[in-house]
Amino acid sequence: MREFWRRFRRNRGALAGLVILVLIILLAAFAPLLYPGSPWEMATAPFVPPGEEGMLLGSDSLGRDVAAGIAHGARISLMVGAVSTIAALSIGVTLGAVAGYLGGVVDDAVMRFTEFFQTIPSFVFAVLLVAIFTPTIGSVVFAIAVVSWPPVARVVRAEFLSLRSREFVQAAEVLGKSRIAIVLTDILPNALSPIVVLSSLMVASAILLESALSFLGLGDPNLMTWGFLIGAGRSVIRLAWWMSVFPGLAIFLTVLALNLVGEGLSDALNPRLARQRGGAT
Amino acid sequence: MSLLKVENLTVALPPGGDRPHAIEDITLEVDAGEILCVVGESGSGKSITANAVMGLLPKGLAVKAGRIVFEGRDLLALSPEGMRRLRGARLAMIFQEPMTALNPVMRVGEQIAEAMRVHGAGAEAARRVPELLAAVKLPDPAATARAYPFRLSGGQRQRVMIAMALALEPSLLIADEPTTALDVTTQMQILRLIREIQSRRGTGVMFITHDFGVVAEIADRVAVMQHGRIVEQGPAAEILNRPQHPYTRALIAAVPQGAPGSAPPSSAPVILEAKGVEKTYRRTGGWFGPKPEVRAVHHADFVLRKGETLGLVGESGSGKSTLARCVVKLVEPEKGEILFEGADLRPLSRRAWKPFRKRIQMVFQDPFASLNPRRRVGEIIAEGPITHGAPRAAALARARELLALVQLDPGAMERYPHEFSGGQRQRIGIARALAMEPELLIADEPVSALDVSVQAQVLALLADIRARLGLTMLFITHDLRVAAQVCDRIAVMQHGAIVEQGPTAEVFGAPRHPYTRQLLDSIPGRGWTPPVIAA
Repeated sequence: MREFWRRFRRNRGALAGLVILVLIILLAAFAPLLYPGSPWEMATAPFVPPGEEGMLLGSDSLGRDVAAGIAHGARISLMVGAVSTIAALSIGVTLGAVAGYLGGVVDDAVMRFTEFFQTIPSFVFAVLLVAIFTPTIGSVVFAIAVVSWPPVARVVRAEFLSLRSREFVQAAEVLGKSRIAIVLTDILPNALSPIVVLSSLMVASAILLESALSFLGLGDPNLMTWGFLIGAGRSVIRLAWWMSVFPGLAIFLTVLALNLVGEGLSDALNPRLARQRGGAT
Repeated sequence: MSLLKVENLTVALPPGGDRPHAIEDITLEVDAGEILCVVGESGSGKSITANAVMGLLPKGLAVKAGRIVFEGRDLLALSPEGMRRLRGARLAMIFQEPMTALNPVMRVGEQIAEAMRVHGAGAEAARRVPELLAAVKLPDPAATARAYPFRLSGGQRQRVMIAMALALEPSLLIADEPTTALDVTTQMQILRLIREIQSRRGTGVMFITHDFGVVAEIADRVAVMQHGRIVEQGPAAEILNRPQHPYTRALIAAVPQGAPGSAPPSSAPVILEAKGVEKTYRRTGGWFGPKPEVRAVHHADFVLRKGETLGLVGESGSGKSTLARCVVKLVEPEKGEILFEGADLRPLSRRAWKPFRKRIQMVFQDPFASLNPRRRVGEIIAEGPITHGAPRAAALARARELLALVQLDPGAMERYPHEFSGGQRQRIGIARALAMEPELLIADEPVSALDVSVQAQVLALLADIRARLGLTMLFITHDLRVAAQVCDRIAVMQHGAIVEQGPTAEVFGAPRHPYTRQLLDSIPGRGWTPPVIAA
């Protein structure tokens, strides 16, 4: 563990990403203390520029505090990112494990099923799902999970295929361990590093997807989100640039931070690749 | 004057290694027309010595002291350009792995011609390439020159590498384990080829190897390396028969004796019998066209009696591992019966097999791949009995006893496999198999990945355990010396079939099948009997 942290620290970008991510998580955690009350309430006059009348990041067309919106929106964005990634992982890991370990006909069937999902453009599919199930936070999470599990299944299947033929797995077979025990104690722990790296990137893309859905007005109408803030500001962007720029920056920083952390994890978990790339010195 | 003279050569390792120098104070000479064998175990610095002479040291390894004088010139003082002019033309090298040393998308004739063009001899290439291919005894040189490497076998590729190395008639040839990746019969052909070419052309050869059999076969003089130093150097006959340094003595004592013991024919009850087992691999040839078939195992009946050790020997691809894996259902054969104490194991389901898992266990070849890197050694050994319902505490206590039995410290329980050396890991693998208290142990090349001294320890351990626990063993190996030392009976496999079987002394003393004779003739250094050394 200490060794892992030492290697992670060598990648300075990853460290910066981790710091940004922790700050955003703190912002989300303390949003109700920093900005008590609902972010939907009017706080001041409409279109107050940043820095005036106590509005750190200005106010919107109805006089709502943009900073409060961003702080409360962080809770939704992070929550959607985390929950939909966990859901996508549980689908993807299960199907990938079954396909990779059993192989043969089962593998063929599962992979054709996965390809069926991959042939539909993921964003269009997500829009369709949310439109059918009416926009609520639950349906948004569901839609994001449904469109983002196929890459997980493919990665897990590839890892399982190569690990399945390794001698220590054969040794476990010879010991008479059950299939489930072999998958859980012998194969999965050795396939974990690519899954961890992939999931950090999936949180980032889930946040982007959620923002895009809210931008189109397909977010949960009762929840303040970053995508909604940008969408609401887009018609007045020449009058009040801050309404779209600051939430945009928030999305940008979060996704950048997650990508940096993902790369750091990848370097720390595959030290040999990192050295070849010469990136982490 | 000698052809190559290395004087007090010292190469530093990067700081933080297990020793300060990769090689230290190396002094050796190679004369024209002479073969010097540099012998040592892995990590002894023998390849670094060869690479230093070729000017091919990896980045981060710096020559700290010493001189390398070749044909009167100091190689270390040469510019990279000057070194490039010598390399290939005067100094040539053959590498260990023929499968990766050739460019896969270039015809082999073209690759040899390229080597000549680089040194300004391109004009002669058209004439010389077929000549060279004929000199390394490749059939139909003209056709071979037009072939791509993937069409050639490992032995043929190694011949192409030798042809390429000889293209410019170098005066010194460095061969870094050139036969280690090859089967024993191919190895013998390549050794004879190197010997013949060397004596015909008067080339000096520096031959790196870990195998004393190869040394006995080919060497004029020998240098023995340990921990980056030359511990003993002298004429081959002297070193092989009267070694002086304790390390050389230990290495030679560790060479399997190859003298088969004469056990009386066993009349104990039959414990395992294979009848008509067949396994055919079919590659999926797409929707159309024929599906290529490989008959991995057929006509391979054998019986194994209680308490005896049957050796399955053969070259790679002969089906010996597949047959062993059929016995433990890692591979499912299409046909035949595998009778274990009279019960046919082949049609059994996973669940019905489980009781037999306790009684049949396996030791694997690669100690670096056969232990789960994410689990502690204690758990690895104890998990078999736990799976079969033993209480956890009892299984762990038993694991501790087993570690003592395989001569490891009980402190190993809490450590991970990567903290152990190859030989220690193989002991852990053996302890894992023994934890189930099996009646039949299948050992799939258990010592092939190990250095010769470690190999001797593991073989001694297996012999000791076998005697103490009365185990029956199915022992798979490609090394006939090892087979002769360990096995009561031998079954020789070729192309998936058992071509000859019988008591070890009989098979080795009076082989009936031509293939067995060919295998026995190919044991490197078969004319040399290692001296008996009181350790």
